[in-house]
Amino acid sequence: MIAVVDYQVGNMGNVRRAFESFGEEVLLALRPEQLTEKVSLAVLPGVGAFGPASESLFSTGWAERLRKWHGEGRPLLGICLGMQLLCEEGHEDGKWPGLGLIPGAILPLQARKIPHMGWNSVDWTGSPADFTPSLQSGEYFYFVHSYALFDSSGAAGTTTLEGRTFTSMVLRGRTAGFQFHPERSGTAGLSLLKETADYLRRGDL
Amino acid sequence: MLTKRIIPCLDVRNGRVVKGINFQNLRDAGDPAEMAAFYMDEGADELVFLDISASAEGRGTRKDWVLKVAEALFIPFTVGGGISTPEEAREIIALGADKISLNTAAVNNPSLIGDCARLLGRQGVVLAVDAKATGEGKWEVYTSGGRTATGMDVLEWIREGVRRGCGEILLTSMDRDGVKGGYDTELNALAASAVSVPLIASGGAGSAEHILEAFRKGSDGALAASIFHYGEVRIGELKEWLSERGIPVRKRS
Repeated sequence: MIAVVDYQVGNMGNVRRAFESFGEEVLLALRPEQLTEKVSLAVLPGVGAFGPASESLFSTGWAERLRKWHGEGRPLLGICLGMQLLCEEGHEDGKWPGLGLIPGAILPLQARKIPHMGWNSVDWTGSPADFTPSLQSGEYFYFVHSYALFDSSGAAGTTTLEGRTFTSMVLRGRTAGFQFHPERSGTAGLSLLKETADYLRRGDL
Repeated sequence: MLTKRIIPCLDVRNGRVVKGINFQNLRDAGDPAEMAAFYMDEGADELVFLDISASAEGRGTRKDWVLKVAEALFIPFTVGGGISTPEEAREIIALGADKISLNTAAVNNPSLIGDCARLLGRQGVVLAVDAKATGEGKWEVYTSGGRTATGMDVLEWIREGVRRGCGEILLTSMDRDGVKGGYDTELNALAASAVSVPLIASGGAGSAEHILEAFRKGSDGALAASIFHYGEVRIGELKEWLSERGIPVRKRS
């Protein structure tokens, strides 16, 4: 069973429907206690600003629960703002703490048009070596964001906007994050979502 | 590379798509969810649904069809038409829409833009503007489906909209809408350079050339209705054609 963390930041329905489209059973977890042994993958979605989302995670007990979950080596996947919250801190309307599970801070994008909204290409970095998506480098995914991770130490995929490259997919151990929305990226997005969920839950690590 | 977006627009009245779609493989050309799935498969980059129901009763079905569209789609979609409170906007997003668009209600109450942006994030709020040319390089904002002149200047209004928090502009030329003679590229070019958020051109698409022209003049997305609904332009072929002419588009893998 996959648990989608519902910490009252944005719509969880589309993420749930995406997993259900390839046969996963999904629990919308409203409380940290719902992240039990039965859960094979915790998903942290999120839309909106970093600050209020960070406050929500830390005030509801979710931050502590997810750090413990991660510390036990269990699979964790962040999407969009959810990926940003896995990082060390967010510089959006001030400085806010992230969960600190992925190195780097979330910084403003520098581009003529903000938000970065629409379909952009993702190039695989080839790291980690055992992550081999069936989609080619250059496949398009749907982005909507104004801040990004520029630290490349956990980058599995990168994207360029107006000449500046940022990390659009992170993958370290059993923790992954997408800056784009795989659940809104058509068949390519669903395919990558499934392969990543399977990779995070693989038997050997 | 960030691609230019092709956006079919569907008008919905009392829960049904009006002006249907002329493709033989469709079971029910009036069903919003079936239309949505059809355009996703055609290669549309996102969809816009405008609820043109004249009454609150007509919009009563909105909750049902927005949810069904959300269940059918794995690409983004926007819902507009008659949204006048942040609560209504939030309800539509909670059902699964990615963005809401504001038009008349934002003109009547500009603080609605900021209120929605704070609730949903800027990226979820589209300001839809109906523009009518009034003279050399001048356009006036109209509301209520083009029936009411406001005296407001289009470029000033979209700048204010962005200042107040909208994350995208959907700009419709009333002079060009339905004429199929091409977008108002002069207006779109001025608007695209006036604001720092994406601009969607609307009103007047009659051919692939018109869409190419809109992109070359700075629009980030091109919205069209009848050329797609009647199969005059198929999205896959359109994207091939645009790509050959140097426009970055998302082609199907």
